[in-house]
Amino acid sequence: MGTKNWPLWEVFVRSKNGLEHRHFGSLHAADAEMALENARDVYTRRNEGISIWVVESKNITASNPEHNGELFEPAQDKVYRHPTFYDLPDEVKYM
Amino acid sequence: MKNENLYKYILGVADNSLILGQRMGELCGHGPSLETDIACTNISLDLFGQVRNYYQYAAKISGDGRSEDDIAMLRKEREYVNVLLVEQPNTDFAYTMARQFLFDVYHLLFLRELEKSKDLTLSAIATKSIKEVSYHQRFSSDWVKRLGDGTQESHEKMQDGIDDLWTYTDELFHQTKADKAMVEEGIGVDVTKLKDKYYQLVDGVLEESTLTIPESKWFQKGGKEGIHTEHLGYLLSELQYMQRAYPKMEW
Repeated sequence: MGTKNWPLWEVFVRSKNGLEHRHFGSLHAADAEMALENARDVYTRRNEGISIWVVESKNITASNPEHNGELFEPAQDKVYRHPTFYDLPDEVKYM
Repeated sequence: MKNENLYKYILGVADNSLILGQRMGELCGHGPSLETDIACTNISLDLFGQVRNYYQYAAKISGDGRSEDDIAMLRKEREYVNVLLVEQPNTDFAYTMARQFLFDVYHLLFLRELEKSKDLTLSAIATKSIKEVSYHQRFSSDWVKRLGDGTQESHEKMQDGIDDLWTYTDELFHQTKADKAMVEEGIGVDVTKLKDKYYQLVDGVLEESTLTIPESKWFQKGGKEGIHTEHLGYLLSELQYMQRAYPKMEW
């Protein structure tokens, strides 16, 4: 039983309540249910998570690195778009 | 030994998990894929974690100065009282999952009863283990279904595993003298009462997996009395190697 025919899945894990799911890595699985179990065993065995999302990698649409210039460079000199001009109270975490 | 029946009872429970844990640990680095390799060793580590609690308790009861390691590692083959099912080899992945499934269904039913034990240590170990074993059962049941209801080849391999291992299932519901004594005291689980529910659950998964429920009514027994299949000796020689070669060695 090889895994060469199992599709690739991307794994997102929420490490605790209030935080967003973050990309943890990828793995192979035959279907979504197996992907969830595999993700549990591969990525949360050291108590890393409380919630897992999996999505088949082929369903992710990625930007093309060749277009980086037109996509991202225009934002580099527009500092006024950052919300950095007011003070945040210390109690507001994870901003 | 004052509490000899309790001591023997604990070994009867713990040895199953020790030997099955060793079998699953053998797959470390040898699983069919990275993901299943880690899953199998996770199960192994869950089981070893459980047996440490049991053997620590047994060591305390034995009162003869032996440690958990002495009890786990330094008995002779005939002194292990695990059921024959868990010592069967990792013939192939279907066989390994069939063995795991046939034990997990029993293990979870057993722990849910052990949780009600009058012995608070055993009850606490059961409570802690139930979540782990619930996942084991889910994992192995899924694989029985996937392979049983998969390709023709995977179906045949899973059917072979179930047919082969079926003969070891009845022993799960046998009682030793120590078992009976502990049931009388409200400490042990009356495994004879788990039998109907067990076969009902197992049959349900096999049907869903398009597998044929074996009809054989002839069953192997002996493990609980220390009479084992030829496989246990080889397993123990690997399990015990470090403690035999380097006595009293610690991590």
